[in-house]
Order: sequence, then structure tokens, then C-alpha cells
Amino acid sequence: MTWHSFSDWWWPYVFILLAGAFPTYIWRFIGVFIGGRVREDSEALIIVRAVATSLVAGVIAQLILYPSGALAESSVYLRVGAALAGFLAYLYLGRRVIIGVVVGEAILIAGLLL
Amino acid sequence: MAFFLLTAGAMYNPECMVDSRIPTEDTQMGERSPLGWFLAGASLIGSIPALILMTAHVGFAGFASENGVSMLQATFMVASIWALPANIVLIGAISGGYSIVATAIAVGLSSIRLMPMVAAFIPEVRGSKTRKRALLPLAHFIAITAWVVGMEKLKHVPRDMRLTFFAGLGITLTTVNTLVVAVVYWLSAGFPPLVFAALFFLTPMYFLSSLWGSAHDRSVHVAMVSGLLLFPLVHAVAPAYDLLLTGFIGGLVTMIYVRLMRSGSS
Repeated sequence: MTWHSFSDWWWPYVFILLAGAFPTYIWRFIGVFIGGRVREDSEALIIVRAVATSLVAGVIAQLILYPSGALAESSVYLRVGAALAGFLAYLYLGRRVIIGVVVGEAILIAGLLL
Repeated sequence: MAFFLLTAGAMYNPECMVDSRIPTEDTQMGERSPLGWFLAGASLIGSIPALILMTAHVGFAGFASENGVSMLQATFMVASIWALPANIVLIGAISGGYSIVATAIAVGLSSIRLMPMVAAFIPEVRGSKTRKRALLPLAHFIAITAWVVGMEKLKHVPRDMRLTFFAGLGITLTTVNTLVVAVVYWLSAGFPPLVFAALFFLTPMYFLSSLWGSAHDRSVHVAMVSGLLLFPLVHAVAPAYDLLLTGFIGGLVTMIYVRLMRSGSS
């Protein structure tokens, strides 16, 4: 069963609930039950956090390296360069998320216009 | 999946079952009625992290539209899932033609980070008489931005008003961003490709900076850099399992780093 399995109007919403909302909320549910009982320095917590962080970093890399739609037509060097410059600006210009976003976007837009 | 259930079980520490924290009364923000505290939480919609989250949702609206997800479906995703990485993974899986089970596993893996986040947030938000029944629905509103803002502001709120304050913050943040996605999606039909490209680029830029900033120890930075560098390599070898394998190998690299640091310091 995939997103396109049924043509009924309700199928995408069932798909979103079962494959999106449920597998996300379940972790919050478990989190409420362990809340307050976890030791911050426990090895298990460090492992879970490390795997989760690498996975989200993988999503970021996917969005930059293999985008779809309008961004897919731009040069991969421009996207990687803009992301790197934005991230370095974030790191060295006061660690503000907004600075990273603005610098990365400015370089991308400048590159697309040239 | 079994691995994660095991680690979740290992994190359960029966010795700490009795919560010995003594509530510290802190009324730096003055006396207010419950509605006043709800509105004080809601007013954080104007804070910088909340505004940045809105720009990320502007980008998400563009991403959804590019991938053939309808406006109503995209707004439903934002309201019912309320975790931007999970939404991005969901749309990626949909456009990749994943089955419903494979999609649920991919989304579930991207959302695991919510478990330790919620676990760490509960002791902060809980009042002296708060029951689990009241916490469960509000846990839906805990995601990276609400978490960061909440952890910072909750200590200035009297303990018995914290859940009310967080309800104001969380519900407002979710509602406003759901509306942002609807409005931007509707407007974006007439946008030129350059605007689409710039909108879509907002999401990775936002996550690059905020993920780095959310870390409170070095292991998260090691995991993040490993994930970024590993992804293209894993994608070239096993494109069908690229995200899952990136998570596992990145986690392994991080644990090797943590062990080396420990043996180096002792």
C-alpha cells in the first residue's frame, strides 16, 4: 500500500495519520512516561540522541545534494557553497540562526541570478 | 526498531522513580491569572525562534507544492504531525513511492529524538498536581522550537502555571504555522521558480544552524557532522536505505568518539 494505492479523497489523510502522525506521537507518548526518570548522562540517551541527530543531518544533506523541483536545476556546487557559507557565518558571527539562514539564502539567490 | 525499544527500556531507571525535585517558586514574571499565563505563552509567537520556524514553514509549503501534495494535505500534515523533519521525510517517502509501512518506519526514526526531548521537558513543565492525562495531549506540541523556547522561559513561570503557559506557547505556535503553510501554499501558485528555489532552501539552512545550536554536548556535533558527510557516501552505495543507514553509522561513529574521549580523559 502506497500513497497512490487508493484514489478516494480520504486515503491520503489516513496515510498521513498512520505513516506520519502515529509514528511521531508514539515517541512523545513514551517520552511522557520516562520523563523525569532518565539520567541525563546515561549511555542509552547519548546513543539515541546520536542516531537521531545523524538521521536529521542526513535529511539536511539530502535536501542540499538531491533536491527536487525548482532547486534541482541549480548547480550542486552553488547549493553546497551557499550552505557552507551560511553555516560558517552562523558559527563565526554570533551563533544566530537568522544569520546562517540570511547568508546562505543571499548567496544562493545571487548565484541563481548570475 | 527492536534496538530502539531496548534502549528505551534501558533508559527507564527504577531508582529514580520518585521525583524528589522540590518545586521552586519563582515569580519573576509577576502575578497573573491562568488566562494571563496562557496569553503570556502565546505572545512568544513574536520571538525570534518562532519567526524563524515560520520561515521554515514557508519553505515547507513550497516543498509540499513541488512534490504534488495538496494544500489541505500539507496543512493536515503540519497540524497532525507537528515535527518539521518528520514532515520532510514523509513527503520524501511519498514522492519516492514508499509503502505505508516503510514510510512509517522512516518517519518514526526521524522522530525518535522527540522521546528524549519530551522526557527532559516533562520535569520542567509539570506542576505539583499535574497528572499524566493532562501531559499527554500537550506533549503533541513539543517540537524543537517550542522545546528550546520553553526550556528557556519556563523557569521564570510559577510551577503551577507552567503547563498553562506552555499550552499557550505550543498551541499558538502550531496553529499559526499551520495557517502560514495554507496561506503560502495558496499564494505560491503564482511564484516564479527563483522564489520556489529560495523558499525550499530555507529548510536545510534553518536546520543546519538550529541543530548545531540545540546541542548541549560535543557528541551531538560529532553526530551531525558524521551524518552530513556520510549521507552522500551511503546514498551512492544503498540509495533505498540511505537515511536509516546514515543514522545508524553516524550513531556508531559518535559512540566510538565518546568512548575514545572517555578513555583519553581517565
